[in-house]
Amino acid sequence: MILALHNYWSAQGCLILQPYDMRMGAGTFHPATTLRALGPEPWNAAFVQPSRRPTDGRYGENPNRLQHYYQYQVILKPSPPDLQELYLKSLEVIGIDPLKHDIRFVEDDWESPTLGAWGLGWEVWCDGMEVTQFTYFQQMGGFDCKPVAGELTYGLERLAMYIQGVDNVYDLAFNGRGVTYGDVFLENEKQMSKWNFEVADTEALFDLFRKAVAECKNCLANDVPIAAYEQAIEASHIFNLLQARGVISVQERASYMGQVRDLARGSCEAYMAKETERWEAKFPGWSA
Amino acid sequence: MSDFLLELRCEEIPARMQAGARADLEKLFRAEMSAAGVALGEVTVWSTPRRLALIARDLPQATEAVSEEEKGPPEGAPDQAIEGFCRKNGVTRDQLELRDVKGRATYFAVRNIPGRAVKDVLADAIPAIIRAFPWPKSMRWGAASLSTESLRWVRPLSGIVALFDGEVVECEVGDVVSGRKTKGHRFHSHGEIEIAGADDYAQHLRVHHVIVDQSEREDIVRKGAKHVAHEAGLVLVEDEGLVVENAGLTEWPVPLLGRFDEAFLEVPPEVIQLTARTNQKYFICRTHDGKLANAFICTANVVPADGGLAIVDGNRKVLAARLSDARFFWQQDKKVPLAKQAEKLARITFHEKLGTVADKVERVAMLARWLVEEGIVTSCAPAKAGAQGDDAQPGSGPLPSQGLTKEELADLAEQAARLCKADLVTEMVGEFPELQGLMGGYYAREEGLSDAVADAIRDHYKPVGQGDEVPTAPVTVAVSLADKLDTLRSFFSIDEKPTGSKDPFALRRAALGIIRLIQANALRVSIGEGDLLDFFADRLKVQQREAGVRHDLIDAVFALGGEDDLVRLLARVHALQSFIGTEDGANLLAGYKRAANILKKEDWQGVEGEIARTGEEDPLAEVDDPDLKDVVAAKMELRRSKELSYTPEIAEKALIDALDTAGPRASTAIEAEDFEGAMAALASLRAPIDKFFDEVTVNDEQPEKRSSRLDLLARFRAAVHKVADFSKIEG
Repeated sequence: MILALHNYWSAQGCLILQPYDMRMGAGTFHPATTLRALGPEPWNAAFVQPSRRPTDGRYGENPNRLQHYYQYQVILKPSPPDLQELYLKSLEVIGIDPLKHDIRFVEDDWESPTLGAWGLGWEVWCDGMEVTQFTYFQQMGGFDCKPVAGELTYGLERLAMYIQGVDNVYDLAFNGRGVTYGDVFLENEKQMSKWNFEVADTEALFDLFRKAVAECKNCLANDVPIAAYEQAIEASHIFNLLQARGVISVQERASYMGQVRDLARGSCEAYMAKETERWEAKFPGWSA
Repeated sequence: MSDFLLELRCEEIPARMQAGARADLEKLFRAEMSAAGVALGEVTVWSTPRRLALIARDLPQATEAVSEEEKGPPEGAPDQAIEGFCRKNGVTRDQLELRDVKGRATYFAVRNIPGRAVKDVLADAIPAIIRAFPWPKSMRWGAASLSTESLRWVRPLSGIVALFDGEVVECEVGDVVSGRKTKGHRFHSHGEIEIAGADDYAQHLRVHHVIVDQSEREDIVRKGAKHVAHEAGLVLVEDEGLVVENAGLTEWPVPLLGRFDEAFLEVPPEVIQLTARTNQKYFICRTHDGKLANAFICTANVVPADGGLAIVDGNRKVLAARLSDARFFWQQDKKVPLAKQAEKLARITFHEKLGTVADKVERVAMLARWLVEEGIVTSCAPAKAGAQGDDAQPGSGPLPSQGLTKEELADLAEQAARLCKADLVTEMVGEFPELQGLMGGYYAREEGLSDAVADAIRDHYKPVGQGDEVPTAPVTVAVSLADKLDTLRSFFSIDEKPTGSKDPFALRRAALGIIRLIQANALRVSIGEGDLLDFFADRLKVQQREAGVRHDLIDAVFALGGEDDLVRLLARVHALQSFIGTEDGANLLAGYKRAANILKKEDWQGVEGEIARTGEEDPLAEVDDPDLKDVVAAKMELRRSKELSYTPEIAEKALIDALDTAGPRASTAIEAEDFEGAMAALASLRAPIDKFFDEVTVNDEQPEKRSSRLDLLARFRAAVHKVADFSKIEG
């Protein structure tokens, strides 16, 4: 399925990238999405990104909730006029017949306060199941997107369950020769759920959070925004772990989120600042 | 006469925005046409997820030529004036006409505005409408969005069909150019289709699997859902909101029924309904004996090749996954007693200045107990006359708390109050916040708590909206009232009052809830003082206005001051309203106004005034002051017992006698809360006061007479004021 999507989007002119080697909550955090959504330069890319959502862990007991799963991301900047049609064709490529199934675009506006980003779009339903998030980015890192990028995020496990007709994610055939998703990931889900919710050393996590914040500021002070952004990703994930451990009170929550947002925005601002002159020269009339 | 068709095609418009968009399209179109002087016949607007359409009938081919003329300065006026007049009207001096106005030659500017082809008017109007469209949220897209000035629309705009009598109205917005081509259904139609004109539009789309008229799609969803439920031997739970939403999500709706695993029915039906409704937009069904059935109805947007098997199966899986989450929450939550859950409330801040939710619960528990111990909430059904029984829940046999002692009832109220917020920390309410209260009730029953307590936990948020039922079960009333009173008092104590349209803590709703609880249960409770009492007075006026009660009458009673018992207040207002409606009442009011005007003109404070000149804005403010009561009474007696030094006229004597009788009668009646009686006492003054004004001169030459008569009028005014401050009454 991933290969089919790679082939398809590659044929549409997308760069095929690899997953980012950091823990993150969604493919949108990948610098190829967040940072590349900034500025006027065209950018078309597709990649798989493992996503970690500690609070979604269910110890392997829920048929479709996982604390670690895979997203397939496509970003097209500027958004092409036939993006919906391109997307629907990609579904056909992976075996979804739109006359046998009920494909629907249901309003779902996307917002990431952490990234200072928002966009309008839909969740795409296939027979009532959300299989893709479809967003036209309007702002990123607090900046207007000029131009607007279209972002597609496919839930790979869900689509695979759909295509294979299984009710439980762990029953997915991984290779067609008897190895299932459960064989590969069930034990991982059990242990990681336990670690996320029960075991993780919260003092160490608080410490990591503080260090990530400090390091991000260090990076910003030394004008390496990409490195700063990595620390923002790190802080965001550590915050999610602390949430799963239930050690952040409601009042503190807002303050932690504010810190992460400031890091992410700060990184975006620094990235913009570093590139603006070059962009303005290359795209006359463009301004941040 | 000509017809015009406009179709604005775009990517999927959110279902909830479509009704507003249709109204806006019609409004903007009418405004444009009216500004250009184009007369309109019938205008029809339609929407689907992918298009907004408008058809206007009976348009003229061209607007009429108009001649406007403006009168200017007379001939021979200074050049400056004439030049200025020309500039203002956009004409040159040699275009001015001289006409005779009353014998004077006067300049006139005549502007002939030629008729315009309506097609040209439309070509200008369409881009203007698109650019001015007030979407609740709009976006930029595509290459043009390199600038933030690019066109905004709810989702990318992809096509414009604009046909006037079948001819393309040429215009361009953003990079979209008008034409006659559109698209049919996303999957049942391929390529572009050509529209000939307004008449074939809907039919042509129908051939391409698009039903453009939303009301027709709504009808298909409504009837289709009913039909598939019936086929399965079930009864559809009707839901008009879902009908409209599903019609807004489809161009070709096809309702399909599916079944889910019966095992999920162990989860409370409200949870299943909410999951199906909000997350999946499914209808649910009941069996003929009224129980929730293990069935759902989804609305597909295609005519499925396999009859819907794959679609129903897919939807079943999604629902199953959601229900298994709900069942997991249900089972987890049931393991923890509510008392244990309630301990976690200490971790949740209610408001930074008001402590945690646990603190609030503690206050509510104490208050609920107090309400019972003080006899404000009792275990009997409302007995006191004057209760607005129509607001109460329909009678349903004996209440579970009937026959309890006061102490037992107080214990139950306190227990229920301590547990009423515990469900906020359950998994289920975390997932579905709208189930707060309801889930607490279920969990309470599961752990074997009494029905009275479980009901109180379930219903203590009520009444929420206008039409919501008002609790009458004593334990529920105690908890509900305590919760809302605490909320109001707490926020007022930290000066967080609603202002204008801002009411972040829903205090208006809480006040209205309290008013309705008090009315429905005839509760005799002091609701507050100062600002809080004024706030209640405002809420009461708003609420009573809908019940047809005049706000000025409420003011007239509130103006007496010191009234914080809503039951008594409303009984008085109702009696006053019926009285004012009678001939006696209307005439008495007229007599009062006349008396009050004379007193005001003479600045005559009367006996009460002499004592009550306290510097207060209202000289009568202190008359009711208990400390002054004896002084006032003594002085009044002294003054009254003074023999008149002259023989009163017949009408004067009659009024004195009438006041001697009516005054005490009104006081006694008010004391007994017999407001009809008090009104009757006032009514007895009507004839004497009328006669007094007819026959007696107040402003007599003899100061003695004048002063006595003014005193008499002041007495009359004071007697009326015992019942209500008639100066606040309009008319």
